[in-house]
This record gives sequence, C-alpha cells and structure tokens, in this order.
Amino acid sequence: MATLALPTPLDPIRPKRRHLSPWQIWGVVLLAPYALVFLVFVLYPVLYGFWLARNPQSYVHLFDDPVFSGAVVNTLLFLIVGINLKMLVALFLSGFFATARPWIKWLSILFILPWAVPSIPTILSVRFMLNPEWGVINQLIFKLTAEDGPNWLNDRWLALSMAILVHIWKSLPFWTMILIAGRLAIPGELYEAVSVDGASRWQKFRYVTWPSLSTLYLTSTILSMIWTLGDFNSVYLLTGGGPADLTHVLATLGIRYLRLDQVDLSMATIVVALPLVLPLVYFMMKRLSR
Amino acid sequence: MATRRRIVTEAKLLLIGIPVTIWTLLPIYHLFLFSISSKDEAFAGKLWPDHPTLRNFSIVFHEQHYFLNHFWRQFGNSLVIACAVGVLTLAIAAFAAFAISRLRTRGGRFILNCALFTYFIPAAFLAVPMYKAMGGYGLLNTQWALILAMVTIAAPYAIWVLKQASDKLPYELDEAARIDGASPLQLFRLVYLPLMAPSLVAVGTYALLLAWNEYLYAFLLLSRDEDITLPVALGHFLSADDSPWELLMTTGLIYALPPAAIYYAFKRYMVAGLTSGAVKS
Repeated sequence: MATLALPTPLDPIRPKRRHLSPWQIWGVVLLAPYALVFLVFVLYPVLYGFWLARNPQSYVHLFDDPVFSGAVVNTLLFLIVGINLKMLVALFLSGFFATARPWIKWLSILFILPWAVPSIPTILSVRFMLNPEWGVINQLIFKLTAEDGPNWLNDRWLALSMAILVHIWKSLPFWTMILIAGRLAIPGELYEAVSVDGASRWQKFRYVTWPSLSTLYLTSTILSMIWTLGDFNSVYLLTGGGPADLTHVLATLGIRYLRLDQVDLSMATIVVALPLVLPLVYFMMKRLSR
Repeated sequence: MATRRRIVTEAKLLLIGIPVTIWTLLPIYHLFLFSISSKDEAFAGKLWPDHPTLRNFSIVFHEQHYFLNHFWRQFGNSLVIACAVGVLTLAIAAFAAFAISRLRTRGGRFILNCALFTYFIPAAFLAVPMYKAMGGYGLLNTQWALILAMVTIAAPYAIWVLKQASDKLPYELDEAARIDGASPLQLFRLVYLPLMAPSLVAVGTYALLLAWNEYLYAFLLLSRDEDITLPVALGHFLSADDSPWELLMTTGLIYALPPAAIYYAFKRYMVAGLTSGAVKS
C-alpha cells in the first residue's frame, strides 16, 4: 500500500502551503469552543484564585489553625499509606483476575460495581454500617463477643482509616482493571520461555511481569495520588471532617473554609498544597505529551 | 498428584475470590437491604429482613416524606444536567480533537497541553476558584453553572481520548477526501464522525456518568431545593438527627441504578476506549 506516492502526514510543508486558508481557519474555529471553556472556567478562575490568596497574613492564620496541620498529616497518610496499599492490592488482584477461569471472569464483572455506581449512596451505606449502636458491624461484634464494638467514626485514627478504606473500596476496581490490561499485553512467549527454564512463580513475576509492568504501575500510582488529593467525598461523606475536625484532608479543609466564608484561607490551603501537586502534575505531563 | 495440585490451586484461588466478593458487595448489599426493610428491621442489624417490603420505594416515588418533596424534580435535574454535559462535552471535544489531530491546526499542541493540565488539577482544588468565578459571572445557583463546570472537567480527558483515537485513523482518507474537493466540515461529518463512533460513544458516556455522579460541584454551585441534583438531596438527609436512613438508602439505590446500567451496557466501549487512554504506559 505504501507504494502510492502520497505525502506522509508528518510532512510539515505541504498542508501549510496548499491548504492554508480554509483548513487552518476551520481548525481555529473548531478549537475555539474548548479554548473559550479553558479561558473562562480554568485560566481566569485560577488566576483570580491566586489573587485572592495574595495576602501573606492568610498564611499566618492558616499555619496557626491546628485543623490545618492535622489535615496535612491526614493527607500525607492518605497518599503514602492509602495509595500504596491500594496499588499493591491492585497489582496482586490483577494477577488473580488475569487467571483464566470462567468463574473469575464472572467475578470480575461484579468486582467493577464499586467503580460503576456513584460514590454517595455507597459511602453513606458504609457510614451507617459503622454506626456504633445500630450499625450492622457493631451488632455483629456484640452478638459474637457480647462486647460493644468501637465507636468507629468518633476516633481520629479509626475514622481516618475507615475513610482510606472507603477510598480504596471505590477506586480499587479501576486500578486493577488498568493493571489487568497491562498484564494481558505481556507476550505469552515470555512466560513460556522462563517456564521451560523452570522459573518459580516469584521468578516469573520478578523477571517477566514486573519489568513489563513497572512503568504502568508507577504512572498509575502518580495519577492516583493526584486524583486522591482531590477526593472530597470519601472523607466528607463518611466523617464530615469530624470528630472535632480531626479527619480533614486538604480537599475537605479548602471547602470547609469556603463554606465558612473564609475564601482567602481556602485558597491559601490550595496554594500550600501546590508544592505537593505540581511535581506530580509535571511528571504526568512529561509522560503523556511525549 | 496432578489432580491434587489442581485442587490446591483452585482452593487458593477461592481463598482470594471469596473475600474479594464479600468486600465488593457488602456496602451495596447493605444499601439494598435497607431499601427493602422497614425502619425497625433496618436498625436491628439483620442480614435479611423478616418482612421484606417495597414500601420505601412507594414512599420515594410518591414523594411522601419531608426530604423527598422534590424527588422527581431532582431526578429530572440530574438527568437533564447529565445529558447536557454529555452532549456539550462530546461536541467540544470532537471539534477540538479533529482540529488538533486531523487539521493540524497551529497551536493545537498548546491547547492539548492546556487540556491535559486541567485534567491533572485535583477536582476539589479547582472547585474553590470555580465557585468564586461562577459567582462573578452571575451563574451561581443556576444549573448552567453546574453544566459548564462539569463540561470543563470532562472535556480535557474527552479531548485526550479522542485525539489518541483519531491519530490512529489513516491520513490517506483525509488526502483522498481533499483531492475529491471535500470541505473541512464535510470531512468531519462524512469521514471523521462515522469512523470515530466507538470512541465518541465511550467519551459521551464518560461525560454523562461523570456529571450524574458529581457531588462536590453540585453541592457548591446549586442551593435551592428545586434546582439541586439527587446526590445533593441525599446529602441533605444527613442534616437531621433522626434521618430516615431506610428512605435515604432507597433513594440512593434508585439513584445508583441508571449509571450502573449504562456502565454495563456500554462496558465494551468504555473498557476499550477509556482504559487504553487513561494511562499510557
């Protein structure tokens, strides 16, 4: 087919010279709607937000607020413990779901459910399950041990752990799916070759699976961290930031200040988070715009 | 020996499969359980009610509770906003991807990077400046605010996925159409759109589901009971001390069913179109 002497699309001269006006003009016209959306709803708001956060006094107030330092610790725990735990489980489960069995195929359809349903009803469902008096978990604990279960959402670390678990419950299927796709893309011959050499399961993972999957795994981890920084629902709908504002993360704290009409503090929270976000964003931009 | 080893392998797989199933289904089953239980039974912590009932659904559908006065209105709001976001995102993203990938418009690369950058701003961080800007535009508490906000959030990924997909179409097609004297719009309508149909379905569904599922932006940008979407109404249930949890869960289940159905109906497109674009390894 390539014998036809059509110019390749990469040839920069031809489209410019021959189709300059109507094609380029249409290109600009068709790009305009998105460019407009970007200018009006991203660029202007972001610049305006920075302008609102210009007062150094806001940062003094922010750092004086004990809720803020708590939220920073919680956010870091969410990212470092939560995301890595989630990605490790996803890596493990992707191996499980890549096993060829009819029942595992059916199970994988069920497994997507947390990702396919909206988060609000399921988070509220978990919230009631954790209710100390009427929740099904503590009632089971009482039936089994005749002792009262913990007050799950009334203790800082317990409540934060539950919020992290809710987050994992919701997004685990998505990352598992991504890693399954990555595993299925590994050529089967590689496994056959090391099988002949008598490799153990661990050696297969170490020398075949992991080298092929590590880039995808790292990218997924970074992307998941960025998204998790913006995860408002898991914390807000489960604990509401409580008890006593001890389980806030930066996302919910920013919104809390906004609701309290302290916009400068709200924007300052976000500006303070930027050193955390921007390197991750830079990494992803580099990776995707190769 | 061989059969014994097979049994051990299967047992190991089951040992993973059973906890995974319980973990996945527990919150959803709990939601369902509440929707078919009376309040007393729901609060008794039973694993199956003695007297399953559809009364909760009847109460929700007939709006027979203070929290449910505008149920159908709010359901309609969610539907209209989700559809509007789906259609608008699809149009804007298809235009942009066509211009960037097929017309090779100058500055296209820059616009694509702007879109990618937007995609990587954590949603809750953009919400605050967006809320202030919407106030400045006088759009606050109108449904347009939510529609435009969700288009802003959905469009970057939509453009990215469509651009990736359209890069794969052979350029000979464009050349042939140009030689036959087709205008850019004819090329877009007669060649580009039909070939891109699977990706367009995936992207439209993605935007629609994103808008239907959105809580934070809806909760910030809308406030009147007649304007809000279902998830915000669900959040309002928590404002009372003695919330009717069985009704909250029933409404939640009704709200969760359409997106789940759409997801499974379009799964083929979603998985092919979206997972490949989500993370480029």
